[in-house]
Amino acid sequence: MTALLSLRDVHVRFSTAAGVVRAVNGVSLDVATGETLGLVGESGCGKSTLGKAILRLVPIASGAILVEGVDIAPLERAQLIKIRRNVQMIFQDPYGSLNPRSTIGRSVAQPLLVAGWSSAAAAKRVDELLQRVGLPLDARERYPHEFSGGQRQRIGVARALALSPKLIICDEPVSALDVSVRAQVINLLEDLKAQFGVSYLFISHDLSVVEHIADRVAVMYLGTVVEIGGRDQIWRDPQHPYTKALLEAAPIANPKAARARRRTLLQGELPSAIDPPSGCPFHSRCPIVQDRCRVERPQLRTVSGGAVAACHFA
Amino acid sequence: MAAPLEVRDLRTTLFTRRGEMPAVDGLSLTVGAGETVALVGESGCGKSLSALSIMRLLPDPPARIVGGSVLLNGRDLVTLSEEAMLKIRGQEIGMVFQDPLSSLNPVATVERQIAEVLMAHTDLSRSQARRRALELLEQVGTPDAARRLDAYPHQLSGGMCQRVMIACAIACHPSVLIADEPTTALDVTVQAQVLGLLEHLQVDSGMAMIFITHDLGVVAEIADRVVVMYAGRKVEEAPVDDLFEAPLHPYTAGLIAATPVPGAQRAQRLADIPGMVPPLNALPTGCAFAPRCKRVMDVCWKEKPELTQPAPGRMVACFAAEKDAA
Repeated sequence: MTALLSLRDVHVRFSTAAGVVRAVNGVSLDVATGETLGLVGESGCGKSTLGKAILRLVPIASGAILVEGVDIAPLERAQLIKIRRNVQMIFQDPYGSLNPRSTIGRSVAQPLLVAGWSSAAAAKRVDELLQRVGLPLDARERYPHEFSGGQRQRIGVARALALSPKLIICDEPVSALDVSVRAQVINLLEDLKAQFGVSYLFISHDLSVVEHIADRVAVMYLGTVVEIGGRDQIWRDPQHPYTKALLEAAPIANPKAARARRRTLLQGELPSAIDPPSGCPFHSRCPIVQDRCRVERPQLRTVSGGAVAACHFA
Repeated sequence: MAAPLEVRDLRTTLFTRRGEMPAVDGLSLTVGAGETVALVGESGCGKSLSALSIMRLLPDPPARIVGGSVLLNGRDLVTLSEEAMLKIRGQEIGMVFQDPLSSLNPVATVERQIAEVLMAHTDLSRSQARRRALELLEQVGTPDAARRLDAYPHQLSGGMCQRVMIACAIACHPSVLIADEPTTALDVTVQAQVLGLLEHLQVDSGMAMIFITHDLGVVAEIADRVVVMYAGRKVEEAPVDDLFEAPLHPYTAGLIAATPVPGAQRAQRLADIPGMVPPLNALPTGCAFAPRCKRVMDVCWKEKPELTQPAPGRMVACFAAEKDAA
């Protein structure tokens, strides 16, 4: 069976005054139908850029992006529109991603109208969607500023769902929300997945949220995937030293567990993506670095226990 | 020995065109030497305005302290003149903010920012201040500190800027440090470094620390005692272990249940709290949490619950919890 989404050696580069930023540097991964793939990493690791690349919202330098087997990287705009029906996106800032001068009804109807729906059919669909995401029907006539952050994120979800996509890219969808509201939105996303079989690429820096929602997890560092595996494998038996460090650094909402655990704190901070380290991108912070790591870049490979990691010593 | 910081019945009101809003409504808390008290709550609960009230840094208008006292080493800050406060801030009480890049002066070098604090409060000369600034940078774990002295904030990463902020805040050995979401803008690996640094500095100096955060994971890592706020009021206070093991207020219990714990048995669904925080100008007559509360009773709609002390060291403002304790 072909995967719903397949990335093959995707590169994204930005030219800046300071030099070329290699934001995404050779990423390959698959998302299966009905699956949630969590994409985690720290700021600047390229996870959001990768999410945008899948929708062709940033230029692709090289590589293939296969949506149901069709490579969308070389497609023209007119052909892209058809593909985008199947792949939608939810953004971090639900306020910034809604037109402040457009009613909620218009914002949610827009993807439908672009896809050629009649306005009557679109209006009916909007009512259905608003109800499904738990918003009052009178929301249709109101404007974004009249809603709270959590409600705005529900609007974003309704809009992404409008064309019944197969894959939704969620870029930090709950990071701007308060704890109690965050749980509401996570539950909504899980309900929608159960009901419609939609797949998610769930991009987040919050490991505990990803652990809760993802089936599989890919860990990114400096534009590359350093480890990818099932959620349980990643949490119980991480193979890459960066994955280990990330998990050990994440706060645990349980004081006794937090005190009991041993952890080795990573030193230093993320190197620049303009001038990435030679060899393994992680070698400058790695606690088990060897000479080989400074010259030879490790490839993703199957290591012990079936995990897939890019480390010479995993 | 008296606690370095004692806040009693602090009231701060926002005076706006839409009316008066009680942003901090009778907050009392005590922080002992060497103790970390976490102030927890969601946006708009009044935790940051509480910190700004203590520091007397409120934006006036619209915010003004309308009652209560803030005793810093026995002296009430609420009644002090701005001149006197200038001497106290940075000297006896330090503050670290969420966004280090915008709290540092963008056109001053790291050395100047730290030296400014030192020269305002001590009689160090310029060259002595420079030497002390270097020591402080090393103390907060800045790699290559000597070179960083001449750097500007935009040349530093977020984590490094936060270290500089912390160096400024502890430069004069304050007895109280207020940290307002100091790690929220940082990545997890850097957050862990900064939390470790704050703990370490506190052990060395015996500072009292108020740590403001919305993140229960961070609370579990750093707090000794926790104060939970909702809509401007303290709804629960407890030692950190007790709070997580047996929360008394339904809001606290809801927050804990809504926070996923990695490694724990994964529940099918997160327990969410329905609805949202009420706006301060439309607070219900009774308990502010009543509209979202699973355990709401008739009395909750009519009266505001007062804080009670069901066990030593624990406080809760909830009629349902009172009933449990009876």
